[in-house]
Order: sequence, then structure tokens, then C-alpha cells
Amino acid sequence: MQFLRTLRQTTISARIGMAMVLITLLAAILAPVIAPYEEAEVVADVWLPPGDGHLLGTDQLGRDLFTRMVYGARNTIAIALLITCLAFLVGVVGGLLAATMRGWVDMLLSRIVDVVMAFPALILSLMVLSIMGASIPVLIIVISLLDATKVYRLARALAMDIEVMEFVEAARLSGEGTWWIITKEILPNALPALIAEFGLRFCFIFLFISALSFLGLGIQPPAADWGSMVRDNAGAISFDMMTPLWPAGAIAFLTIGINLVVDWFLHRSAQIRAR
Amino acid sequence: MDPLLSIRELTLKGRGNDAWVTLLDKIDLDLRRGEVLGLIGESGAGKSTLGLAAMGYTRTGCRITEGSVMFDGMQLVGAPRKALLALRGTRIAYVAQSAAASFNPAHQLVHQFAETPVQRGIMDFDAARQKAERLYRRLQLPRPERIGFRYPHQVSGGQLQRAMVAMAMACDPDIIVFDEPTTALDVTTQIEVLSAIKEAIQLRQTAALYITHDLAVVAQVADRIMVLQHGRQVEEGGTRDLIDAPKESYTRDLLNVRRQKKTTISPSREVVLEVTGVTAGYTKRKNVVEEISLKVRKGRTVAVVGESGSGKTSLARVITGLLPAAQGQISFDGAVLAPSLKGRSKETLRRLRMVYQMPDVALNPRQKIRRILGRPLEFFFHMDAQAKQRKVLELLDMIEMGPEFYDRYPSELSGGQKQRICIARALASQPDLIICDEVTSALDQLVAEGILKLLQRLQDQLGVSYLFITHDLATVKAIADEVIVMLKGRIVEQGPRDEMFIPPHHDYTRRLFRSVPEMDPAWLDNLLASRDGDQLGYFERSDEPVV
Repeated sequence: MQFLRTLRQTTISARIGMAMVLITLLAAILAPVIAPYEEAEVVADVWLPPGDGHLLGTDQLGRDLFTRMVYGARNTIAIALLITCLAFLVGVVGGLLAATMRGWVDMLLSRIVDVVMAFPALILSLMVLSIMGASIPVLIIVISLLDATKVYRLARALAMDIEVMEFVEAARLSGEGTWWIITKEILPNALPALIAEFGLRFCFIFLFISALSFLGLGIQPPAADWGSMVRDNAGAISFDMMTPLWPAGAIAFLTIGINLVVDWFLHRSAQIRAR
Repeated sequence: MDPLLSIRELTLKGRGNDAWVTLLDKIDLDLRRGEVLGLIGESGAGKSTLGLAAMGYTRTGCRITEGSVMFDGMQLVGAPRKALLALRGTRIAYVAQSAAASFNPAHQLVHQFAETPVQRGIMDFDAARQKAERLYRRLQLPRPERIGFRYPHQVSGGQLQRAMVAMAMACDPDIIVFDEPTTALDVTTQIEVLSAIKEAIQLRQTAALYITHDLAVVAQVADRIMVLQHGRQVEEGGTRDLIDAPKESYTRDLLNVRRQKKTTISPSREVVLEVTGVTAGYTKRKNVVEEISLKVRKGRTVAVVGESGSGKTSLARVITGLLPAAQGQISFDGAVLAPSLKGRSKETLRRLRMVYQMPDVALNPRQKIRRILGRPLEFFFHMDAQAKQRKVLELLDMIEMGPEFYDRYPSELSGGQKQRICIARALASQPDLIICDEVTSALDQLVAEGILKLLQRLQDQLGVSYLFITHDLATVKAIADEVIVMLKGRIVEQGPRDEMFIPPHHDYTRRLFRSVPEMDPAWLDNLLASRDGDQLGYFERSDEPVV
């Protein structure tokens, strides 16, 4: 009920954003049902124009582009979501612990994060992925740990602000433990900002994977993903073909959709706080 | 003579929760040249809104729906922005409540002083600097030729507020709007600013609107007083008439608010808290409290008085264990307490509780009242859901709040209600001692009075002891059995309340007591007249930074 009531209060832009995200998610979940062909099935000649049984034409190996797009949504979103969740788990727990315990815990965690952040993320992940091999588990762990540093910074800063409030001091004076203070007093107050960050971070990770795939170190063929689809079909541009623009458009579509929802959410939680 | 400022039937509305709320309702106001009009009322009465409207300004989300504001023959309602901008700062000036927040921390005082006159082409920087020096001297600021080259953080709060008054007078305005200029200051500092304002107004025959919630303060400076409540004009009259013979009951309530006095009772024997020779500091080199010794007896209240920075709150932190004492000993009910919070038992924590100054940040905004009050019950007494609900409703009843608050969030409560919830949260664990840190300072006077009465009733009923930290002597009179006066981290005087209000006093105590404004328009003048014979001198405060 509460959910429906909240939904009714949304702005137009937020509704458009939600629809955009929902369409992408549905396509990802229902991929085997929607897709007319198999994910890696070669069905026709290369770079056919749209029409003729192929909604968006075919790619550089003669696979149905629409099928690849739908499966691509599935791979990219699932992996990006997993990475975001992992990054938030590590980052938020670390950040809140550091802010609440202070002292050596904060010192140790913050310096580790500083060291990791000192390296450009793309170069560091390229390095690790080249050494360890570009498998999906390695990809997930490397990117989630890299992103956890940014989440850590945010969570720590948020918690530091909340930690000095008197209701936290009151809880301490009652003898409440660190775990209670983190989960019941600090986390609920940091949550709106963290959720908004979750949406944005998901976009970044999603673009980051696309970038890695574009460089050949992301999701490996024949599995479809939007980033590598742009790279593999980039050549088609010189033949006046729209082929690479479809996956690129899909990336933009989802990113914009998520941002619209996040904007609304940020605005709303700011209002709640001002009340 | 035509009034300088004439407001007729002014109605102003603000946008809130999808509807227009009336903030000012048909206000009439006249201000003649050289006259001071005091605007008084509780927060939300529309005082500041009216003060700003007198400058032709409305806050974002507000609009003037009816009425007129005439300033020296010019209609300000609906006047073009440019015309209004030309008036503000030159002919109408504004002094805000918090000078610390209103000065730009990145520029020297004199540059901020000169900004308006130079930009408007009234004088060049050198002339402005000389004028600043003259005004600083007039307003009794130390080293007037040098103080302008200080940054805002390099002068004290009282000096900064006076510098702001000087800034408002830079272009010799016809009207100055003072918006609670002394509310954020200590009583001893308030005197300086008040006398400076009074002198400044008399000097140039400037007209002024003086906004405050403190009737005793406004009585010192205003010729006439207007009482506002919920955006409506309650009463208006000459200062002396209004104070001596108020017509409306609301005005009478405001006048009576600070006259509460606790009946004296014989001291009890049983000591709950005993602090002996406690010294503590945030760094090893500098102590914030030194050699503190005090006793709190069962069912009694000890008030700790002092101005900001005197170490009152630090003392509370030492007693609660948040700031471990470096030396000395704290014993609670006969047993010596560990200096740090971590070393104390759950039972000790249950019996020693605290209530804070700002109820807004002392309650978790994401927890409902039932959760806030239920948690100590569950934590200390392991109550089940049913017993907890019963007890929470009982607590709500105890603080004179109905069961309808059970399921509300703190944001749905007023400031006074929030503070009551904080008190109930402290009471939930059935403590022996509650430390109250300026619990009434952030509240309106009528609301604060309600809180004090509640605390007193609870003490009579439950026999709980209070250590009551405050800077307000009226509060001390209303609640304390014993008084401790602190200055720079040390106790300068202590004793039973009635003895404390009778001389002889420690020098500082005397100054503190004499600085509290009385409900007598002649009080400030008398005080200032006696200032030459006063050895202490209100204007040579040794504890201010030397400029």
C-alpha cells in the first residue's frame, strides 16, 4: 500500500525513468522468450540492414542483432548488479565501522582505500585482468573491490556526520553496542543517500564493464554484451550502417532511465530531511 | 509628522504542504523618525517575516497578498527590484541574529563594512574605513583603528555582533531592522550589545524595528511594543504602559513567564552523585574543567551556571564518562565510577541519564516515538511487546502527551513536544539522576516554562535528582535547590540557591547576576549610569581575545 501511495506521488520524469528501467529489466529477464534466435547462432549474412525477419539487422558475424541485444542486457545488467551489491556490502560495512569505531580501524581502512584510489581504476583493472585472465568471477571481484573504495568514502563521510548527532551519543550513553548503533541509529539515516548512490554507481559500473569489454577484457565472446557489441560493430559505421548505434543507444537508454529515477529519489529524501 | 514607515493591512502568505498558509494577517504598523518599535512574540509568530516585509522583502515561497508598505512616500509592495535594491543597505538596513553566520569568513571586517557604501558610490574605501573606525569607537569596540582588519573568527561573538551593527549604520540608514541581535549571546555580552544598539540609535535618530522573544530585552530599547501571535497583532502600546498594564491575557502570560520560583525545601541527606577534585581536558596540555567538586542529593536539583565556554557541558561529559577524567573521582550512590563510559556497568548507565539542549538532533528522525521510548524498556528491563506498549503509553501520559503520539515520527512534533519525549526517554530507565544540558535554551519562553514545570512535577513524584546546566538565571530561580557558578572551567562560587541570590558575591557572579535584564524600561539606563562607579566594568572583559 505504502509503495502504491509513493508511486502515485512520483513526477513525470521519474515515471519515464522507471518505465525505461522496467523495459530493460523485462527484456533481460525474458530474453529466451523474446529472442527469435539463439544467443550465438549465426543466422544470415553479415551486417544486414533491419527488416526481413531481423528486426535490427545482423552483426559482424551474421548473428541476429536484436537477439544479441536482449541477451546482452541480461549479461551486462546481471553482472553490473552483482558487482554493485558486492561493492556496497564491502564499502558500507567498512565505512560505517570506520566512522563508528574511529581509532586504528578507521586509520587502517582509510589508508588501504587511499592506496587503492591512488591508481587509476581502469589501468589497475586492466593490469589485474591481464595477469589473472579475464574470467567473469575475476571481473566481478576486481571491479567490486575497486568500487567499494568510493562507496567506503561516501558511507564514512555520511556516518561521520550522523555519528556526532546527539541521538547517537544518547544511544552510547545507554550502553548500546557498536552493532546496534551502526544498524539502528546510523544506517537508517544514511540510507536515502546510499540508495541514490547505488543507482548512480550501478550506471558507472555498467559503463565501466562496457569500456572493459570495448577494450577486450570484459565479458568474453561468444557471450553478448552491449560494450563489446559496440566495439565489434564499430566498423559498420563506415558502410553507413546503424548497427553499433543500437547497443550504444541501449547503454544510454538504461543510464538515463536510472538517473531519472535516482534524481527523483534524491529530491524526495532531501524533502523528507527538510521537513 | 508623517510616519517614516507605514504598513497597512499587510497580509503575507507562505506555501507549505500544497496550501497557502497565512503568515501575517492584516498587520498595521507605524514607525516615526527616531522611534524604536519592539516586535515581540514566540517563534512562528511572524516577527522576522514582518521585519523583512518592512524592507519590501519576502522569503522564497512567500508572497504579499494584500496591503501596503509605505516607506517615506514610496510604495514597497510591488516596487521594481532595482528600486528596492537601491533602498536596502543604504536607507533601510538589517542586523541578523547570528553575526557569526552573516559575516563572510574570508574577508576582513572593514572590507565587509565598506562593501555597500563603496559599491553604491556613496564614499570611497578610505572614507568608509574612517567611518568604520568612528563607529567602532562609538560602539565601544576595543582598538577601533585596528579591529577592522581582523577576520570574523578573530573577534568574540559580542564584538562581531557590534561590528554588524556598525555595518548596518555605514550609510546612515533611516531605519534599521534588528532581528534578535542578542539572542545568541551570553547575558554578560548581551549587555554590551544592547547598550551599543541603544547608543547607536540615539546618535543619529535612526528609527528601528527591534525583533525579539524576550520582553525584558525589548523593554530596554523600545519606545513602543507590538505583541504578535500566529501572525496576528495581539496588542500594541507604549513600553511602560504595556508592561505595567497589559490588556490581553497572552501579553500577561509573556510577562509572567520568568517569575516562576521554586519553593525552598530542606536539604536531603542522601548523596546520589559526588564529584571530587575532577580535572579533565581534550588534550593533555589544556584542561577544560579543573578541580571540580560537587554533590547532588537525592530528589534535589543542582544548577550549574556560566556563560558559553565555561566548561559546563564538558563537566556533563566528564560525569557521563564521554570525556574521561584525568584526575579526581566520581562516585555514584556510594560506589566509585570508572572514568570512561566503557568501564561502567549497564546498571550504572540505567541510573544516570542525560537530556540534551537540541531536541531536534537528540531524537533519531527515522524512529517512531514508540521505538524511541520502547528501546530503553527493552534494553534495560527486557519487557515483552505488550508490557512495553503499556509502559510507553504510561510514559506519554506522564509527560502530558496523549496516546495519539505513539505512532508518530519526531518530525511531526513541535520543539517542546520533542523535548518532552527526550525527558520520557531518560525517565524510561527509572534513573536516579538526570543531567539536563540547557534543556530549555532552544525553546520559546512559554514552552520552556512548561518543561520546567514538568521536570519539577516529575521530581516531586519520582524523587529523581537533576544536575541542571544552564546560562539563564531565571531558569535557576525556577528549578534549582543549589547553584554552582563556573568560569573558565573552574567553580567560582557554590551554595544553596537562596544564599546565592544574596550578596556578597564573587566578582564574576555579581556581574552575571546584574547582567540579567529586568522587566523595567529604566534598568539598562540605571545600570549604565552606575557603570562609572562599577569597579568591574562591563566593557573591559578580560576573557575576550585581546585585539
